[in-house]
Amino acid sequence: MAELTFKDFKSDQEVRWCPGCGDHAVLASLQRALPKVSQALGYEKERFVVVSGIGCSSRLPYYMSTYGFHGIHGRATAISTGIKVANPELSVWQACGDGDALAIGGNHFIHAIRRNVDINIMLFNNRIYGLTKGQYSPTSKLGAITKTSPYGTVENPFNPGSLVLGAKGTFFARSLDVDLPLNEQILTQAALHEGCSVIEFLTNCVIFNDGAHKDISDPAVRADRTVTLRQSERMIFGKDRNKGLVFDGERLSVVTIGENGITEDDILVHDAHADNLTLQMALADMKGPDFPVALGVIRDVRDTTYDRAVRKQVEEVSGKSGVHCVDELLHSGSTWEIK
Amino acid sequence: MQHKIIDAKDVVIRFAGDSGDGMQLTGSLFADMSAIHGNGLSTFPDYPAEIRAPHGTVSGVSGFQVHIGSEKVNTPGDFCDMLVAMNPAALKANAKWCKRHAMILVDEDAFDEAGMQKAGFKTENPFSELAVDDRTLIIAPITTLTRESLKDSGMDNKAILKCKNMFTLGIACYIFNRPLEPIFDYLERKFSKKHPEVIGPNRKVLSDGFNYAANVQAIANTYTVEPIKDAPKGTYRNINGNQATAWGLLAASEKSGLPLFCGSYPITPATAILEELALHKNLGARTVQAEDEIAGICTAIGASFAGNLAVTTTSGPGLSLKSEALGLACIAEIPLVLVDVQRGGPSTGLPTKTEQTDLNQALYGRNGECPIPVVCAHSPAHCFDAAFNAAKIALEHMTPVILLSEGFLGNGSEPWLIPSMKDYPAIRPPFVKGEPAEGEKFRPFARKEGNMVPEWALPGWKGYEHRKGGIEKTHEGVISTDPLNHEMMVRERAAKVAAIAGDIPELKLIGEKSGELLVVGWGGTYGHLLSAYSELREEGTRVSLAHFDYINPLPANTSEVFSAFRKIIVCELNSGQFANYLRGLFPQFDFIKFNKVQGQPFLVEELKEAFRKEL
Repeated sequence: MAELTFKDFKSDQEVRWCPGCGDHAVLASLQRALPKVSQALGYEKERFVVVSGIGCSSRLPYYMSTYGFHGIHGRATAISTGIKVANPELSVWQACGDGDALAIGGNHFIHAIRRNVDINIMLFNNRIYGLTKGQYSPTSKLGAITKTSPYGTVENPFNPGSLVLGAKGTFFARSLDVDLPLNEQILTQAALHEGCSVIEFLTNCVIFNDGAHKDISDPAVRADRTVTLRQSERMIFGKDRNKGLVFDGERLSVVTIGENGITEDDILVHDAHADNLTLQMALADMKGPDFPVALGVIRDVRDTTYDRAVRKQVEEVSGKSGVHCVDELLHSGSTWEIK
Repeated sequence: MQHKIIDAKDVVIRFAGDSGDGMQLTGSLFADMSAIHGNGLSTFPDYPAEIRAPHGTVSGVSGFQVHIGSEKVNTPGDFCDMLVAMNPAALKANAKWCKRHAMILVDEDAFDEAGMQKAGFKTENPFSELAVDDRTLIIAPITTLTRESLKDSGMDNKAILKCKNMFTLGIACYIFNRPLEPIFDYLERKFSKKHPEVIGPNRKVLSDGFNYAANVQAIANTYTVEPIKDAPKGTYRNINGNQATAWGLLAASEKSGLPLFCGSYPITPATAILEELALHKNLGARTVQAEDEIAGICTAIGASFAGNLAVTTTSGPGLSLKSEALGLACIAEIPLVLVDVQRGGPSTGLPTKTEQTDLNQALYGRNGECPIPVVCAHSPAHCFDAAFNAAKIALEHMTPVILLSEGFLGNGSEPWLIPSMKDYPAIRPPFVKGEPAEGEKFRPFARKEGNMVPEWALPGWKGYEHRKGGIEKTHEGVISTDPLNHEMMVRERAAKVAAIAGDIPELKLIGEKSGELLVVGWGGTYGHLLSAYSELREEGTRVSLAHFDYINPLPANTSEVFSAFRKIIVCELNSGQFANYLRGLFPQFDFIKFNKVQGQPFLVEELKEAFRKEL
């Protein structure tokens, strides 16, 4: 098998996102991750399928040279599910925005997670409707001023991570659009995870919600306001690498190493593979100003996947049944002869 | 009293009771027995939307009508020769369906003060109140006799009362000279594994019912209905429309070599198709009970893109929800079968009743220029062929297809001469062949001349990477908002659907090729129209009948058939949707409408009357 490079995944289409849009970085990350996935899993290019719904980020399939399906608003998750069940040999990737996946497509989103369909959902969260030019979304912060909320929204946003873990998701990761190395690592790990992987990319919309995640992405504050979780490593963050997270069994708190007798050994060690959701849920929920926002792979556990279970059942039932073709089916049960 | 055995050409029996009385089972057992006996047969379940509607009330009455004959039977019958009414409400709801000479069997025990009150009777004599006191009344204490029959069975009172329907069935078996053995066999098959203890009591109560009828004086006459004499030889089975639909789809899966995928959401009266497919994983069927109707069709769209024979099944409200996704399947040009088992609408409407009111929605219910082939089934067994043909069109013409069934067909059943799969054609999807030439790009929307069908390449096939979706594209699969490209693609998609006319059979005319009156119908009204046509002929009145199985596109000879008649009457269970469609396509003809929108099938009588008026 010839080794693929990122160029093999670039299509000949002109990328039409606004200059400075966070989607460019995620696209580049995906094009860099897929050759690694291909190598790791032994997948040829034709086994990759990219699916999307409607919205700016949902144009992504056209910029990939793989098989692609551009669906309708909110329904990408259902389409991906059908593709994967029909052919579990395919590696299915889905691009969707916060409005697409969490508003109009919220139902399909939680059910794909509940079923643990082996698809990779890339959730581009810019907290705004971009393609319809600037209305608030289910992830817009309370009070956000947009075209449809000129006096501020009066509704609480979803935290996608809580939604995923609440539906007993088996894989959830979060990254900042601009963090290409982390994106690439997360995407590769998502591909290797058997089950429904949700990767939330905190993306910027330069036109309608510029600085969507500036409070944590600004280089001046990023180290203090985010913590990148890595498997089996301590949850240490901060410009001076002296802050850490501790857990008293009920709640998380931020501590400073070297103060109040705290040493590095007191800081939590991240375990994305732990089956118990309590701590992972608390980590996914963290937000400023009291807590850093967690980035990296927060949860990555194994469970039976829906697509394999469907196939296995078909195989088991076929093996046991005395009816192997339609002619036999038509003659099964009560029949009578007229001679 | 002299006991007479009357040789009847056909009889109609209507079983009616509370929705928990087991009338559907009683009716279908009687039907199965008659089928095995070799009778012509047609059934019609008529039940309320509630699982256990208020006990003893008219709205909670569940009915099952069986029509058996010594010749082929086309309809479940307008009126019944025998009504079984398990309580006053059942009598009240069904008395109007009794023929002049009908026999009425009631459970005397249920006609107490409370029962009469719940049914809303105002006098003490329900029969005279309903003006059926001149019929042959068999007033039997069925509850008491069932209790008596099972008093030593060890069963509790509740379980004993559940056996009333078996006692009743025993009486019916005596009256229509049916042997009990087929029912004994059924009980063995059904209960020997899980509940062997119920077999004995059920056998006993059935036999006791039969013997009671043989001894009671009220039953003067019994009937025999001879088997059909010159029925085609072969193996038969009884089949209902939903089962036949599921099996037709499995047959198409086998003939195309593509695994069947069904993404559906439960909805009355279509659910049984999903249930039937879920049962047949042994034939490779993959079923996804989706989170909603939209996910049902969208998972199917995904499965189709990946190369399965994709199906979604629903009823009217579900079709509304799937509209946007149907548009996606149309513009993405992927094969898909949508089965709509129509029910009374709009909205929730009459969920358990039959109608043909989704035709407009099937033809036009989408945004944009969105032509979709529409085919229909005309009898319960024909659902098999209709589903097979719908799948064949979808796969060979790369298009979604809507198959219109009806509650009347889905739940109704008839005997079926089991076909052999070797007599069905292969299904050949337009798959690309080999690998594309070096440097050549696959053009997913380039079309074959003639039928305008694009080729199909599946994810996983080397070198054919392409993108499909809901946004307008060029033949190359590249997004385009070019005005002329859009218009060209709109025309090409329409031409592709129109070209299907070349692949469907010509419209068959029943009766003379020209004349005074042509009767036109489509879908599940076929049996009633055929009966009306035959009966009028026997009476010396000549009409011809043209019944449509294909609605979009219409058979190529449609206009030619129409042109030979002075009058055309279009009969349908809606306000005239097919007639309006025909008016648009053939403005040169005058179409008379004959419509009924009551959630009930036509009556042969009312059809005959309508035709006579036009002659």
